[in-house]
Amino acid sequence: MAHPSSYQPNTGIERWLDARLPIVRVVHDQFMVFPTPRNLNYWWTFGGILTFMLAVQIATGVVLAMHYVPTESGAFDSVEKIMRDVNWGWLLRYAHSVGGSMFFLAVYIHTFRGLYYGSYKAPREVLWILGVLILMLMIATAFMGYSLPWGQMSFWAVTVITNLFSSLDAVIPGLGTRLVQWIWGGFAVGGPTLNRLYSLHYLFPFLIAGVVALHIWALHIPGNNNPTGIDVKVPADTVPFHPYYTIKDGFALVAFILVFAAVVFYAPNFLGHPDNYVPANPLQTPTHIVPEWYFLPFYAILRAIPNKLLGVAALNGSILILFFVPWLDTSKVRSTRYRPIYKWFFWAFVVTCVALGYLGAQQPEGLYLVLGRIFTAYYFAFFLVVMPVVGLIEKPRGLPGSITEPVLGPEAVRARPAKAPRRLKPEQVG
Amino acid sequence: MNSSSFVLTAGALLLALTGPSAAEDASGTPANNNHAPEIARQSWSFTPPFGTYDNAQLQRGFQVYKEVCANCHSMRLLSYRNLGEPGGPEFAPKAVEVLASQVQVTDGPNEKGEMFQRPARPSDRFRSPFANEQLARLANNGALPPDLSVIAKARPGGPDYVYALLTGYRPAPQGFALTEGMHYNATFPGHQIAMAPPLSDGVVAYTDGTKRVVDNYARDVSAFLMWAAEPKLEERHTVGARVMIFLIVFLAIMYLAKRVVWTRVHHGKKQRTA
Repeated sequence: MAHPSSYQPNTGIERWLDARLPIVRVVHDQFMVFPTPRNLNYWWTFGGILTFMLAVQIATGVVLAMHYVPTESGAFDSVEKIMRDVNWGWLLRYAHSVGGSMFFLAVYIHTFRGLYYGSYKAPREVLWILGVLILMLMIATAFMGYSLPWGQMSFWAVTVITNLFSSLDAVIPGLGTRLVQWIWGGFAVGGPTLNRLYSLHYLFPFLIAGVVALHIWALHIPGNNNPTGIDVKVPADTVPFHPYYTIKDGFALVAFILVFAAVVFYAPNFLGHPDNYVPANPLQTPTHIVPEWYFLPFYAILRAIPNKLLGVAALNGSILILFFVPWLDTSKVRSTRYRPIYKWFFWAFVVTCVALGYLGAQQPEGLYLVLGRIFTAYYFAFFLVVMPVVGLIEKPRGLPGSITEPVLGPEAVRARPAKAPRRLKPEQVG
Repeated sequence: MNSSSFVLTAGALLLALTGPSAAEDASGTPANNNHAPEIARQSWSFTPPFGTYDNAQLQRGFQVYKEVCANCHSMRLLSYRNLGEPGGPEFAPKAVEVLASQVQVTDGPNEKGEMFQRPARPSDRFRSPFANEQLARLANNGALPPDLSVIAKARPGGPDYVYALLTGYRPAPQGFALTEGMHYNATFPGHQIAMAPPLSDGVVAYTDGTKRVVDNYARDVSAFLMWAAEPKLEERHTVGARVMIFLIVFLAIMYLAKRVVWTRVHHGKKQRTA
């Protein structure tokens, strides 16, 4: 795509296939020799990790679906049957439920990495937008999946979240209520709701897989960004994807799986809520209805705003605003590494997201509510004020001459002084 | 954001994820910041990473359940056969058959179209003490005794909570407005519980020499309920250990392979042409 093909079909059958479906050529060009910046750090390994997690979720999910019963009376017991009577069912189910958490952990790291290194800036806007789309699909999929065990927290999370649509009653009276009933398939959350959530929970991962394919395609047109944020200039700035990044991504993936396995085998319910082992009961509201940890920041934003419609608007806005990041950021350089002012705002944003996650699990009252509002304000200010304004007033630090220069440093200077003259010591320059 | 900060973050994450794992399948979430008093951690034989159930303890716990709890509480997700399966109380197959046959269950309809009573088989589910919720409430002053199949995972604190609840009965403090028919319990959220103190010293006749005191009853039945909620825990811990060893070795190999491959670039040698 972005570079001339170097595939040489050597045998007759390869030439025959290449003329009809050049799939081997695509694999060779895009995943073997694909020129990749030589300086990618470990934060870049999460793309591969995410692809792996999607595969894990689909593989475990397909088998779980063979045993799961999407009815009000059958859902909870069928999950317990999986845990007790299905061969390796406990492993499949814990891998799937913990897998959802690990998937979000990875996607958040991946997103923050993109934000930090300016990976959304031209020419990677479409790549970024597709990524935000994947994030939204993931949120929808995870929400629907969480409803399936039909425990107390499942049921009440569905009740709370679907009820958000009723806020549209404030726009056109009756619209929200009609919409909510249409979503429920009745006048309350019940069997029809569970059945459709199950159907869509099975569908959405394949939509995600499709958008992931587009995401990777959009990545392979401009190629990877890198920690310096400067463009690849000469072939020496890159290494072939294989073996350099297959091995590096592979190493990071094994490390990630190690953490994943530790949770699955030793604390599989650590990230879950005990209430979800209580079968759904429409007549008994839990004392606290809390979403899964990965939704807590958004939940905090929702509850920080006293007006229901505006709260829902803020909740949606907090994700939709990501679509506009490529145009909100006015900086001329990509990487935050060279942005002395923006750097502080960026880390304040990371702290804000973590703080909102903490506050999402607390009761929205007193100091918690005040803090929730302050952090919500900063969440939006980061995108709407910091990104446009700091980019205009900030003077970036000097960029290195090439990708290779900061990577190899003085060693490269000794080897090829002519290529990196700026790293010479003053006395050598004379 | 360089590789060392990555390693630090990853390490912190690992710690954060594995640190609280002593609470295993029972940990509360940050949401439980209201009422419910602190639940004291107990030491259990089944704590990760290598813990296993104590068969004798589970057998005693089953005895406590059968003779005390089962009068009001169902365990509808368990079958008698589970009592003989590996990683549980591991009663002998013959003992499981006898335990099951002591219970009469409803079966049918037969060829005359009638329901009939027969002794339970190992494949039968535990018989519930009440035919339906309404009967259960009627017999219990309006309160519904919860099913105990997964109770040890359905309460923050898990088996620690069950133990604390069973040993948490106290005389109501001065000035505490206790509703008629309720009982004061230091552990129960709100401190008013409908269940009368179920255990007292000597109520269950242990035969293995274990002291017949409330503390032992509570401890044993909590362990039994943990097994009932998580019957594959031993298998999980065993498989987990093998998987972790495999992954650690795999990780080391991948690290070395990565080092070898990247030396070509780091040493400035001419890279293979793409």
